[in-house]
Formats: sequence, structure tokens, C-alpha cells
Amino acid sequence: MIASGPQGMAAKALSPEIAELVSYGDDNLVLAQRLGEWISNAPELEIDIALGNIALDHLGVARALYTYAGEVEGEGRTEDDFAMRRTEREFRNVLLVEQPNGDFAHTIVRQFFFDVYSQILWSGLADGDDNTGAGIAGRAVKEAAYHFEFSSSWLIRLGDGTEESHRRAQAAVDALWRFTAEIASDEWLARVSSVFETAGLAIPDDPYQRVGGRDGYHTEHLGFLLAEMQWMDRAYPGLEW
Amino acid sequence: MAPPARFQEIIDSESKIEPSDWMPEGYRKTLIRQIAQHAHSEVIGMQPEGNWITRAPSLHRKAILMAKVQDEAGHGLYLYSAAETLGVKRNDLQELLHQGKHKYSSIFNYPTLSWADMGTIGWLVDGAAITNQVMLTRCSYGPYSRAMVRICKEESFHQRQGYELLIRLCQGSEEQKAMAQDAIDRWWWPSLMMFGPNDSDSPHTEQSMAWKIKRVTNDDLRQQFVDMTVPQADYLGLRIPDPDLKWNEERGHYDFGPIDWEEFWRVVRGSGPMNRDRVEHKKRAWDEGTWVREAASAHAAKQQRRAA
Ligand SMILES: [Fe+2]
Ligand SMILES: [Fe+2]
Repeated sequence: MIASGPQGMAAKALSPEIAELVSYGDDNLVLAQRLGEWISNAPELEIDIALGNIALDHLGVARALYTYAGEVEGEGRTEDDFAMRRTEREFRNVLLVEQPNGDFAHTIVRQFFFDVYSQILWSGLADGDDNTGAGIAGRAVKEAAYHFEFSSSWLIRLGDGTEESHRRAQAAVDALWRFTAEIASDEWLARVSSVFETAGLAIPDDPYQRVGGRDGYHTEHLGFLLAEMQWMDRAYPGLEW
Repeated sequence: MAPPARFQEIIDSESKIEPSDWMPEGYRKTLIRQIAQHAHSEVIGMQPEGNWITRAPSLHRKAILMAKVQDEAGHGLYLYSAAETLGVKRNDLQELLHQGKHKYSSIFNYPTLSWADMGTIGWLVDGAAITNQVMLTRCSYGPYSRAMVRICKEESFHQRQGYELLIRLCQGSEEQKAMAQDAIDRWWWPSLMMFGPNDSDSPHTEQSMAWKIKRVTNDDLRQQFVDMTVPQADYLGLRIPDPDLKWNEERGHYDFGPIDWEEFWRVVRGSGPMNRDRVEHKKRAWDEGTWVREAASAHAAKQQRRAA
């Protein structure tokens, strides 16, 4: 049961050489933007700092990937061309990362799902033939390990902590599970299941999955995220900041 | 040597008082109040700048701003730890802030209304903070003075980044220049107020100077700040909103106009534009996080039992 867009509805396709770079860039930028919303709102100062550091890492990965995509494409596009001057239909991030922060449990579950995905993705690319790409992946895989440490340990705390935290963590899993088909693999499922076991959390029975992010067929949340992120560039086109 | 004499000797010889040393109750209380207020300011100060993180005009600027706000959170942490060396708990200090019993720097009770405010805060607000904090690196209380050394380095970096942001605006389009001028028009006077009341109206200054907690008076720090800042504004081509501002050859300083102390006290007493929003934001984040902190301690307790 996989819900995606109507056939043939993929937005303007990216050229194949940069499609992956830009898609992963979008994942990281959109997640950084969401995590940036937490700053000054976290449950305590240490968590505020940790979420901010993770946001900065994702932002750094996004910038490196966009810059590299621009070089590969060779048409002079900059990181900000990719970030600020594409529409909702042109963004290729997975749907998971654009989901709203919700409560801290939603943010942790979203981060945890994505961190497991990133670790698998970047470790596969870190020893590729493409030097620049491998360099970016090599840095990203180290950061993803640290992010996983943070998100999995918090997931365990929440799952195991109090009745309320357990209920909230399971509710977040139930709500976000439908956005995992875009990032799941056998290895992903195995790693997720193992942390779930320690945390006392259950994988939902509901087989429904929503996909389409990689084709630019998003949930309704992305448009607002982009509206906020891009408004200055759109309000003052062509200026340097 | 009797403890009070020993304390005085440390002060006189420009050495540092450490947490285990005897100290007068008034010294301890003054430091707790001052360090807590300083810590609260770092933390509340995250809000006006955090307000622009999701809207920064480029990824480069977004990264700089995010990192800066993170630094401020880190400053809050060091300072709460410095306060804890005096026998208080961070959570109790935060509670006093939430109840409105502790103050934070009034500068953060003004709203950030344009991107230029991010540059102006770095330049003027971090600039004023540095002027004050460089003095505090020579404070007689060891943990506070050492925290200041560390923090000052980062604040100088923030100040340069803020100024660099404004250079970009001032070399940019008419709209960008107007944005920068509007920001200095709004932030100039509140920045001068950051140094506190005139010396003649600052009853605690004398004792704090005697204890070497404070090393320079409010008015002298304010003058230093004005002298440092005016040429920087000139370089940017921005007009400082003070018709009385002019170089005084005889004094070797800039003269500047009278500060609106009524506004200062109004904001200190809670009726500035953003006082309620800032404290409510902080309280909301803290209250919404209660279940998370409870989960962490419940899990830690269970782990301990399992290990036993
Ligand atoms: Fe600071
Ligand atoms: Fe700062």
C-alpha cells in the first residue's frame, strides 16, 4: 500500500549527474531548517546546543553537496541557487525530513530514522571513486554516527523513561512510520528494530506508506518551510548578503 | 591570618578569590546576582537572534547565525556553572528568572524586525558586551574571570561577524542601506543603556569596585564604547541617531546626548516591547520540556537499579 503521486507527475527532472547530489542536499537542508526551529525552544540548554550542532552539520553537508552539484553541472549555479531559488516541486528531499517538529519525541524519532538512513547511505559512498563525493560522504558518515548516538540514546530514554514519554515516543513512531518507505532497506530495518527493542517500542502494523519526495511530490508542509526560508531572497532578488 | 584579613589580602594583591576561600556574604550575594543575570542574558539573548535563523537570506549567513546562537547557549552554560561554584543551583536560578525575580539585560526586550538587526546586534550589542566583559576578565572572583576570558574570544568573533554583515549591507542596494540605518536608529540608544545607570545613580558601584568585581564605572565603560563605535559607524556610512554627538578635542572623547532614563527604567521594570514575550517563551519551552527531563531522570534511575 504505497501512496505516491499520479503517474508522470514528476516535476522538472534534474540532470542525472546531479540528481543524487541535489536530492541528498535537499534532505540535509530541509532537516537543518526544521532543527533550526528548535533553537531557544529545547527542553534544556544542553539539548538546545546538541540540536543546534546537528542542524549545523546537516546544513554543512547540504552546502557541500549543492556546491559540488553546481560544479558538476557547470552552469554556475551556487548553493543559494539550489536552496533559495527552486520551488516546492523541484525539491527532492524525502518526505520524512519536511514533517513538522511536533513534540520532542517526534523530532527524535524523525532524526533517528534519518540518522540510520544517513549512516548506511554515507558509508556506502565514502569509498567511492569520486573523490569530492567520497570526501563529503566521509565527513557525513562521521557526523551521522554522532547524530545516531544522540537520537538513539534519546529514543531509548523516552521509550524506557516514564509512561508519558513512552506514550509520546510510540505516538511519534506511529505518526512517522508512513514516511519511511523512502529511506528503508533491510539493513535500515534491522538497525531500527534493534534500537526499538531496547527502547521498548513497536513497529506499527499499518502497512500504509506515503512516498513521492524524490519526484517532487511532497506533503503540504514543505511549501511553508520554503516560504519562510526563501522569502528574503525572493523579496530582494539578486542582492548579496 | 583571620579569614576576612586573608580575603582582603587576596583582593589587594590582585589575586583571585576561589570558591573554597572565605568571602563576605555580601560579596557572594553580589556575585550570584550578577553572574546569574549575566547567564540569563546569554540565554534570553538567543531569542531575538533565533528569530531570524529560519529566514536568513543565504546558507552562509544561516550557518553563521546558527553557530552564534549556539555560542550564546554555551556562554549561558559556563556562566551558570560559575554561579554554581557559589553554592546555588542552575535550576533554581532559572526558576527565579521565570518568576520575574531575576533580571536579564534589557537590550533583549527589543524586537528584531529586519535582517539588518542581526548585524547590528553583533556589532553594537556584542560590542557593548565585550567592553563590559573585558573589564570582567580582571574580576576578583576566579571562576567568573576565567569564564569571561573564554567568552570574550567568542564575543569578539560575533562582533566582527556582525560588523561584516553590515558592511555588506552598506555596500549593497539602497534598500539594504536603509535597512541598516533603520536598525542602528532602533538599537543605538538601547545599546548605550546596556552599561546601566549613570554612576551618580548606581548605588552598588562603589562596593563592587572596592571588591574588584567591577573594575570600571558604568559611565567610563559607556564612554569607551562610544569612542570605539563612532568611527566604525562612520566607516559604514551610517548616521548615529544623536544630534549632540561630536568629538571633544579637549576631553579626547566623543560627547553624546542625554540618555532617556525613563525608557531605561520602564524596560527594566518589565514594560519594554518584548519583556513578556521573552519570559513567556522561556517558560513555555521549559514547561513543554518537563516530560523530557522527567523521562531522562526516570531512565537513569532505572538503569542504576538494573545495574545494582
Ligand atoms: Fe554571549
Ligand atoms: Fe555573543
